[in-house]
Amino acid sequence: MDLFEYQARDMFEASGVPVLRGLVATTPEEAESAAARLGTPVVVVKAQVKTGGRGKAGGVKLARSPQEAAARAADILGMDIKGHTVRQVMVAEGAEIADEYYFSLLLDRTTGKYLAMCSVEGGMDIETLAVERPDALVRFPIDPNAGLDAVAAAEIVAQAGFAEADRDAVASVLVRLGEVYRDNDATLVEVNPLVKTADGRIIALDGKVTLDGNAEFRHPEWAQYRDEASEDPLEVRAKALDLNYVKLDGSVGIIGNGAGLVMSTLDVVAAAGADLPGSPRPANFLDIGGGASAQVMANGLEIILSDPQVRVVFVNVFGGITACSEVAKGIIDALGMLGEKATKPIVVRLDGNAVKIGRHMLTEAAHPLVELADTMDAAARRAAELAAE
Amino acid sequence: MAIWLDQNSKVIVQGMTGSEGRKHTQRMVVAGTRIVGGVTPGKGGQSVTFEEDPVPVFDTVADARDATGANTSVVFVPAPYAKAAVLDAIAAEIELVVVITEGIPVKDTAEFVASARRSGKTRIIGPNCPGLISPGQSNVGIIPPNIAGAGPIGLVSKSGTLTYQMMFELRDLGFSSAVGIGGDPVNGTSHIDALSAFEDDPETEAIVLIGEIGGDAEERAAAYIAEHVSKPVVAYVAGFTAPVGKTMGHAGAIVTGSSGTAAAKKAALEAVGVKVGRTPSETASLMRAILA
Repeated sequence: MDLFEYQARDMFEASGVPVLRGLVATTPEEAESAAARLGTPVVVVKAQVKTGGRGKAGGVKLARSPQEAAARAADILGMDIKGHTVRQVMVAEGAEIADEYYFSLLLDRTTGKYLAMCSVEGGMDIETLAVERPDALVRFPIDPNAGLDAVAAAEIVAQAGFAEADRDAVASVLVRLGEVYRDNDATLVEVNPLVKTADGRIIALDGKVTLDGNAEFRHPEWAQYRDEASEDPLEVRAKALDLNYVKLDGSVGIIGNGAGLVMSTLDVVAAAGADLPGSPRPANFLDIGGGASAQVMANGLEIILSDPQVRVVFVNVFGGITACSEVAKGIIDALGMLGEKATKPIVVRLDGNAVKIGRHMLTEAAHPLVELADTMDAAARRAAELAAE
Repeated sequence: MAIWLDQNSKVIVQGMTGSEGRKHTQRMVVAGTRIVGGVTPGKGGQSVTFEEDPVPVFDTVADARDATGANTSVVFVPAPYAKAAVLDAIAAEIELVVVITEGIPVKDTAEFVASARRSGKTRIIGPNCPGLISPGQSNVGIIPPNIAGAGPIGLVSKSGTLTYQMMFELRDLGFSSAVGIGGDPVNGTSHIDALSAFEDDPETEAIVLIGEIGGDAEERAAAYIAEHVSKPVVAYVAGFTAPVGKTMGHAGAIVTGSSGTAAAKKAALEAVGVKVGRTPSETASLMRAILA
């Protein structure tokens, strides 16, 4: 789960990372009063979107009065930045910047440890820096059990080549950022730029934080980060039903069990549809998980059938813990509840646990919309054909 | 032979008294796994009966190991308590710890994986994995025991259900061992660890590698195969249709930017001579051609 910059700013402040004051606004009027409350000669109006490159897109503007802040907010609110609509801006204090640096701490999947990255050449896009000036970017592995402690921080700032006089101040900010990472179950804390102001303060001027969704159970405070406005409404509904659903743009609805098998199902459907008229593609990812009950299956089917883009549904289950009989019951129950509202064909491929009972149940029910297929590849082809018709 | 798990493995179940642990212990016992004990803190001295045999419950892994000689543990403990359970097994120097639990915070996983590496005694498989099976010998985790029998193929996969699908496709040939390493961003055992073990296992004649989007594990596996694996390898990669930046169920399965895509993984594997199937069944056909 990614945070908005203002949420990262608040999180930094709570952990003692030096930041500038900033207030969030959703209208030009709010931006005006925020600028007035800040009271500094210059404020910065910053689009709050969960994507990079907003400066280049015109989403960050200076303002020299509250009235001007309102005007800039009016420009920025509603902008589209890489497919993200700007619904909020942060009005932040201006500061005179002497130097810009880069710092991030993230999960390194390759080693299973954390990786701190730091450079005295900040402000630039980090991917570009890593490619063009790899020597300027320090990469420092962090043992997960030790964390980013004072020893590691001192080593990082020395390797990065900070001026002797700045090292202690920067290192102490790095230790605080390490605490932000640890205490908030983050998988990424990035500060770009970390700056030194003209009056010598080290400040996190921008912040990007990604939180580990698996840790939500021990962070009740994360409820405030839910961002349903920018989520797909079907995804919100699916999440409320505890279903693992991702909306895609095709016309073949997909339900399966296990993330790997469902991903594979999407691929097989896309390949099967490639040569057909309109090249039907998957409409969604939906994993009903292990040991799903008939109710879970019926909920999943109901979500997919309510997607107007879906023309056909492909149910692909290999029962390990999941019993094919429960899947069959879920399909029959859902169709029973929907009655005449159910109009879309459903291609079903079942194998594994309780497959004979499951297939028998569907054969007996003989619902005109349900077709059984023998293999995953044959089912994918059939579903793609039905979507192409 | 097989890798990491055979008929001599003595297995304890952490979380055996919970509903998931109880259900799956029953299945493992029926499959012939030597379940010698369970561990649930605070329930030491109790026992749970499976197939008419009482299995003793211990407070700690060390107690269970001392009383039973267990060398393998399988963890069904719920995510909030999983780290403590795994650290208990590492402290008791259990050789193989298979973590089935899904939804463990990655910080907890990173910590216990680092602890296991430092100990040098414990191999962790998982978390968020189906476990491993050496058909006809032992089965630790939740892989259905009756999909395929013993045979010449070694299988390593991030995905549980794709493991089942591939075992089903190749059920006439059979498997030395099938290992589900799990779909989380950090895991205790990598594709490379399994490739290395299969290369050394005389019963394994060929290897199926199943990967999916995210990270660079498959690319690194390809580099390892080029240098160290003489046995034939076929591969399957899931996630060609996955959109960038969206998590597809497995916490690890997220494509960010250009690296980690299915296409990049397929290309890396093919560059070192690994045949990559477009579907699970085509992958099975490739394997069939090799063993024919």
